[in-house]
Amino acid sequence: MSGGNQEQRPGQAPGVFAAVGLPPIVWLAALFIAPLAVIWAYSFGENRTLVDIAITGNWGSYARALKPLYLAILLKSLGFAALTTLICFILGLPVALAISFASPRAKLLLLLAVMLPFWTNLLIRTYALMAILRTEGLINSALGGLWGLVPGLPPFEPLPLINNNFAVVVGLVYVHLPFMVLPLYAALDRLDRSLIEASLDLGAGHVATLWRVVVPMALPGIISGIIITFIPALGAYLAPDLLGGTNSQMIANVIERQFRSANDWPFGAALSFLLMYLTFAALLLQSLVSRRSAAREAQR
Amino acid sequence: MSGGMRTGPLDYLARWPLRLWLAGVGLFLYLPLVALVAFSFNDSKRTTVWRGFTLDWYAQLWEDGELVAAFGNSLVIAAASTLISLVLGTAAALLLWRFRFAGKSVLEAVLGLPIVVPEICLGVAFLVFFTAIVPWPTELPWPANLGAIIIAHATFSFSFVALVVRARLASFDGALAEAARDLGAGEWLIFRDIMVPHLVPGLVAGALLAFTLSLDDFVITFFTSGPDTITFPIKVYSMVRFSVTPAVNAASTLLILLTAALTALALWLQGADIAKQAA
Repeated sequence: MSGGNQEQRPGQAPGVFAAVGLPPIVWLAALFIAPLAVIWAYSFGENRTLVDIAITGNWGSYARALKPLYLAILLKSLGFAALTTLICFILGLPVALAISFASPRAKLLLLLAVMLPFWTNLLIRTYALMAILRTEGLINSALGGLWGLVPGLPPFEPLPLINNNFAVVVGLVYVHLPFMVLPLYAALDRLDRSLIEASLDLGAGHVATLWRVVVPMALPGIISGIIITFIPALGAYLAPDLLGGTNSQMIANVIERQFRSANDWPFGAALSFLLMYLTFAALLLQSLVSRRSAAREAQR
Repeated sequence: MSGGMRTGPLDYLARWPLRLWLAGVGLFLYLPLVALVAFSFNDSKRTTVWRGFTLDWYAQLWEDGELVAAFGNSLVIAAASTLISLVLGTAAALLLWRFRFAGKSVLEAVLGLPIVVPEICLGVAFLVFFTAIVPWPTELPWPANLGAIIIAHATFSFSFVALVVRARLASFDGALAEAARDLGAGEWLIFRDIMVPHLVPGLVAGALLAFTLSLDDFVITFFTSGPDTITFPIKVYSMVRFSVTPAVNAASTLLILLTAALTALALWLQGADIAKQAA
């Protein structure tokens, strides 16, 4: 790669600058920033009639979002997302470890195996899980079949695997596991292996080495995996919608209801922006962590 | 790493606890999908007991006019939004690659936003935008009535295209363009004859990514589609809400196959590209 690229000032090629600059900038401003700005403005508005919303600059919608009923849903969403992230981490760390230490061929196959469900439609994956978990689903019919083999037992009671919090977390883990495995793999793959070998040679067990050598060294990658998993899990709509019960609604479901059935746009807009602020906070945390670790690398 | 045939201390893949773990996670990831595909061929209304092979459910899909129309809509939306996001994404990548200007880091941050903003937020933003601010006429002839969905899809996928094309631009040799300029070539000629040929793998990968993203999207489409603009995932969703039947399995299997084929194509093209660079 010789030559490289000398960055120009706009004045050096104004025609080119306008040609490549205007379309994306105008599009982003008019069709991305503007719709979000409208929602943001509505979050300070009040319903006059069904469709007439006056932007009065009041904080009523935000105050309502923080009342116990909605605060509980917000906290529940945070809890679901945190639990999902934790389970994904526990499930995914050994997988990422195995992939990063595999032979090149096995590595490629395993990475593809992790990616393939990732490329499958979210709705279809959630539906696939529904078919497994529901009362007449695969797990319950298999268990029922086994149950019937043992004589003298009372009739089989299907396990309540769907329409509850359990199903939502299973669904969120199922959908988000690749989000965790891929960044973990990327972090582990860059580690200095001689340090791990040294730890093992000096008598530390595999678990101790994992916990005291691998995890601290891979920490920036681990944190980015955690945040990359947490963000989409927090805003998940389909898993609670299709797998959850009436008590397992998450913030996205409440937002949807405000816009499609309850017709309370200002309130829905306030909830959307609370979700956005939580997302931005998570992203900010990630950039702070990666900046700090980059600074530490530079000091070495 | 010292190679050799013996099992090294770091050869985790050869250890049984880890193999068991991998098998368990693999089962968790694949059992639902395999069951979904398998029962789309099952000769029974139930999706748990195997009764024999049939293609009846696929035939039934073909006769479902609404579903076929929804599939057509999805393909048109994916094609149109891919085209738009390819143009916008390439322009944005070129802009950020070639120029240094005030507000560049702001633009980079904004360009990254569609990737991280929660889908539900973007969905409701488009819903409000296309009903209250710029109402999209509902009685337009097909395919113009799909315009709002196409715009929404192009907006979230062009950031991804910009990312992919920019990565490809990093390996472009600026001296080539410089030489062409010295020899009297204009900007357009340089772009068409020197940059585009270099960018082709990135453009193809970006286009396939945008196409798949559009085909897969449910949440954002859910908020921008109306009764006359049903897409394939929206139709499947209403079928799922209604009941779990093998027909849904068959529809899902078709979409999985299409996505898998597109992804395989993208990976194969990128693989061929890497091989060419290595050679």
